[in-house]
Amino acid sequence: MPTKTKFELKLGMATREAFGKALLELGRQNKNVVVLDGDLSKSTYTNLFAKEFPGRFFECGIAEANMIAIGSGLASSGKIPFASSFSCFAMNKGFEQLRVTAAFPNVNLKVVGTHSGISIGEDGPSQMSIEDLGLACSLPGFIVLSPADEISMRALVFAAARHVGPVFIRAGRPKVPIVHSSEQKFEIGGSVELVDGRDLTIVATGLLVAEAIRAQEALEAEGISARVIDMYSIKPLDRGAIQRAAIETRALVVAEEHLVTTGLGVRVSQVVAETNPCAMEFVGIQDTYAESGAPEELLEKYGLLGRDIIAASRRVLTRK
Amino acid sequence: MKKTSNVEQLQAIAKQIRRDIVEMITAAKSGHPGGSLSAVEILVTLYFDVLRHDPQNPKWPDRDRFILSKGHAAPVLYSVLAECGYTPKDQLRTLRKLGSIYQGHPDVRFLPVLEASTGSLGEGLSLGIGMALAAKLDASPTRAYVVLGDGEIQEGQIWEAAMFAGDKAVDNLVAIVDYNGIQLDGFVDDIMPLDPLPDKWRAFKWHAIELNGHDIPALQAAFREAASTQGKPTVIVAHTVKGKGVSFMENNPKFHGVAPTVEEMEKALLELA
Repeated sequence: MPTKTKFELKLGMATREAFGKALLELGRQNKNVVVLDGDLSKSTYTNLFAKEFPGRFFECGIAEANMIAIGSGLASSGKIPFASSFSCFAMNKGFEQLRVTAAFPNVNLKVVGTHSGISIGEDGPSQMSIEDLGLACSLPGFIVLSPADEISMRALVFAAARHVGPVFIRAGRPKVPIVHSSEQKFEIGGSVELVDGRDLTIVATGLLVAEAIRAQEALEAEGISARVIDMYSIKPLDRGAIQRAAIETRALVVAEEHLVTTGLGVRVSQVVAETNPCAMEFVGIQDTYAESGAPEELLEKYGLLGRDIIAASRRVLTRK
Repeated sequence: MKKTSNVEQLQAIAKQIRRDIVEMITAAKSGHPGGSLSAVEILVTLYFDVLRHDPQNPKWPDRDRFILSKGHAAPVLYSVLAECGYTPKDQLRTLRKLGSIYQGHPDVRFLPVLEASTGSLGEGLSLGIGMALAAKLDASPTRAYVVLGDGEIQEGQIWEAAMFAGDKAVDNLVAIVDYNGIQLDGFVDDIMPLDPLPDKWRAFKWHAIELNGHDIPALQAAFREAASTQGKPTVIVAHTVKGKGVSFMENNPKFHGVAPTVEEMEKALLELA
């Protein structure tokens, strides 16, 4: 696939909005697609589906445990349910139901958590989902996807619907830059090498993919050649792409808007440890909860900007 | 299997199911006899008279759905499924053994004929709602039946589900509360009382019926009443006796989750002869 060296990062839709639009499109193609929401449909954009298909939309009120298990019941009877809420509520309040009614019997339920990470800003840490990737990955059989932009979100909503089995998709609140070309293909277990490089590899997901591109451009100006991979499939991981990066660049930085203790970084490092061990650094939320503030202030304070990826890249090169 | 509405025949099947329950839990050396024995007439009336199902065609799309939400009572479900011809009777004594299709709690991976894996209490009513909603979308005559434990309905999710089903008028859904009055730590009334139970469900817009859960004609009439009730889901509050049919197990909290010894089994089988 073609890799670029120069990006013009144009601001696109929020991934939650791209999800809502893709869901509507999917619903028009497949009448078995049904949608559940927990009193947040205006924020998750499932209201687009609800307006066109009121009979296939179930407003569950503020009762996520019930919503998830109703979704599993619908899936057991042949429907393709998408249950959506803020990621922290769907995943944390629905976790037991995701475990027993979806993962354990391997039911065809799709869960989309919006407002992930700290970039939701002012609402603060009770609404900030920073554990969701770790929780979702801990469920045997779950597919876990973390798209970075509207193009990958649309493709992955359709991929999730095609897959038979439980899927979690992580979406964000703010508008985000478009990092992919409209021709790009996405598949469960895949990744996209956005920029080729020799000296190190930045493996990023979600909001941090655009930051990784910014970091790569700054590093290039210093004469450092960084490969950038959008690791949108958190589980299963693209082990081949990780192993190639470990062999060819011998240094990895993983960047995510999630706790570093349980997120993409620990999963990538497991693959690296099992294949070709090399120096690694981790950019993400440390073992803490964040606070209220403007999204850009929070990303700066909690170390999730391109400059943090640059600093981690310099550190990893000293250990190479 | 042969379906029947004949009460004597159903009572005879119930007696056989009780024998199977006692024998399989004794062989397993662990399990939950009390809450399995209390639900026998409920499951026998459903599977041998009420449910639209076909053991020769277990995944018939328009079949009724049955969920044992109180999954620890798996032995009553297993012996009924075996009696119907869904699963082998001669393996009932492998209950809880490594590799057995009869897992400690219902597990669809080992027994695909089940509609749901249960065991973590509080989740089956929501699953039943999902199946009932799917049936409505498909204009299918399918009805969903969910057996709940009385202790189980202390779980908050049950009341989330009750609120949803009442509000959305999921009238192809029936919940049966096996109100045997005993949970693991003792009597329900001492731990977290439920009364006035039918009123609670009525307040959530359910049609509520109260009956003796060992009275087969009363159960038959209640299921008929539920089927003819439109615009509301139905709950049957079934007053039952924990350990029903075995004198030394009846109303004895010890037999919530303890297997009988071989001597106790022999005594029980004499009573169930």
